[in-house]
Amino acid sequence: MTIVAPELGKHSWPVMATHDALASRLGEVLGDALFEVIEHAGETTAVVQREALVPVITALRDAADLKFNQLTDICGADYLDRAERFEIVIHLLSMTHNLRLRVKLSTDGRAPVPSLTDLYPNAGWYERETWDCYGVMFTGNPDMRRILTDYGFEGHPFRKDFPLTGHVELRWSEEHKRVVYEPVKLAQDFRSFDFLSPWEGTDYVLPGDEKATGK
Amino acid sequence: MSSLGSAGAAWTADDTTDVLPAKDGNEIQNYMINFGPQHPAAHGVLRLVMELDGEIIERCDPHIGLLHRGTEKLIEYKTYLQALPYMDRLDYVSPMCMEHSYVLAIEKLAGIEVPLRAKYIRTMFAEITRILNHILNTTAHAMDVGAMTPILWLFEEREKLMEFYERVSGARFHAAWFRPGGVHQDLPAGLLDDVLAWCDHFPKVLDEMQGLVADNRIFKQRNVDIGIISKEDAIAWGFTGPCIRASGVAWDIRKSQPYDAYHLMDFDVPVSNDGDCYARFMVRMQEMRESLKIIKQCAKEMPAGSHITGNRKVAPPSRGEMKRSMEALIHHFKLYTEGLHVPAGDAYVATESPKGEFGIYMVADGTNKPWRCHIRATGMAHLQAMDFLCKGHMLADAPAVLGSLDIVFGEVDR
Repeated sequence: MTIVAPELGKHSWPVMATHDALASRLGEVLGDALFEVIEHAGETTAVVQREALVPVITALRDAADLKFNQLTDICGADYLDRAERFEIVIHLLSMTHNLRLRVKLSTDGRAPVPSLTDLYPNAGWYERETWDCYGVMFTGNPDMRRILTDYGFEGHPFRKDFPLTGHVELRWSEEHKRVVYEPVKLAQDFRSFDFLSPWEGTDYVLPGDEKATGK
Repeated sequence: MSSLGSAGAAWTADDTTDVLPAKDGNEIQNYMINFGPQHPAAHGVLRLVMELDGEIIERCDPHIGLLHRGTEKLIEYKTYLQALPYMDRLDYVSPMCMEHSYVLAIEKLAGIEVPLRAKYIRTMFAEITRILNHILNTTAHAMDVGAMTPILWLFEEREKLMEFYERVSGARFHAAWFRPGGVHQDLPAGLLDDVLAWCDHFPKVLDEMQGLVADNRIFKQRNVDIGIISKEDAIAWGFTGPCIRASGVAWDIRKSQPYDAYHLMDFDVPVSNDGDCYARFMVRMQEMRESLKIIKQCAKEMPAGSHITGNRKVAPPSRGEMKRSMEALIHHFKLYTEGLHVPAGDAYVATESPKGEFGIYMVADGTNKPWRCHIRATGMAHLQAMDFLCKGHMLADAPAVLGSLDIVFGEVDR
């Protein structure tokens, strides 16, 4: 791989050296575990097989011309319409070669994801956070407690089908002399306004219209 | 851990039981204590569950999330512009640096070009924010280990910096001033002169403060060789910013992946090889002096031009223009109701915030709201290493380690 120097000052966002053959190099290193390489906005994403995650990341970390020696982040994302709705997004950084890589894999929420705690010690909390927010389990993580939500919280709040207002609210009860949890009571219904331009695809459904179209 | 002395005779480091056999056959139980969540040295709402052997920390389990507000979820329900003020409330000690990553992520996804003046302004205020942050951290760190005076002396300077904030944005903290395409308002007249005058005055205060603590016997006893982390461990634990530079890794996103006007700036990156609390403190002290260089250079070279992009699908027109042009009025209305549209795709943008790498992973679906906006909090990686750093140290060292890591819970808990 040859390093192409960045064009400084053209854009406002962070620019780094690019490697002209990163996509083909990923194919060599990862083999069959690599499903797809996506180039977008100057960033490289490798979509990989879920079961092969540990050997994939090990290869990326140890290959001399890649050396992704720091795990920047692990996070989840929820795409409700996909068969495997959750996407686990792993960001890697190579301080040696000044290179970033995003590794993606998908799961349906029941199939566990292999943990990276043996490769990077800081994977522990990121995986706990992903478990807490999306309910994706990581096998091999010794400490799969919740991390951000309240003690005794139920549900996984960042899922797209979890309401923004949540299910419970808490208040100080003078009667019990402690904080009590109660179902959320909203003085007014939660409103989500649609500001999208009517010329660009908002679908206004008026009650009664279905009679005219005979649906 | 056996070298640190305990009653247990046959006790080794890999012994994980809480109950230790004592010589006389009685059982000695380790202490479990709660450090926080209401503790002045916990820097907010941290709860550390500590297992102590006498005064020696055996295990330290940080419980975070007491300040969790679900920022990432809230952002999914707001337009790109409405979500911007949430950034200020993440790391409320360095608000503009939080906005910086967010607006750069939008600019990257939407391919927005930014005028040079706006890049200079943002670079200058990112560095002012860095000093703002480091003043709080270094002096609060000094106070955690017993030095009361620095915080009193330097908070006056912090107040002056917040006046600069107020003059450009109208707010002392939650500025919401960095916008996609530039900054919301241009610099007011006379601001650059005042900034330059302050830059000449500040090194004196900094020298006085450093003279108080840097060679102070108590301060050194509390910090030197406390919480050492090696180069390899710092990389493995995901350290960034001053914390990794104090461990001997010359890594700075401003240099390696420059954004805005940093590629034009002349500054050095302070590095230390010691990796202890004292090194982290001194790296921050030196960084303030380097930031001063950048601020001065920006103020002197500040180019003329527009403070925000002229693209009306991104940035609003001026008030004057709106009074005369129907088109400008429509643009303004559309921008503040519907908001800007970001083309579908995802991007990760990390900037060098005062604490380290602060990243935004943004997934846009082509509408006016982000599908997902993940915040890569710097402090989360640092706090995670608390157990690693504190193990085998005395209980009184925990506040020093915590102070040197520069943790702010608005950002860690999100």
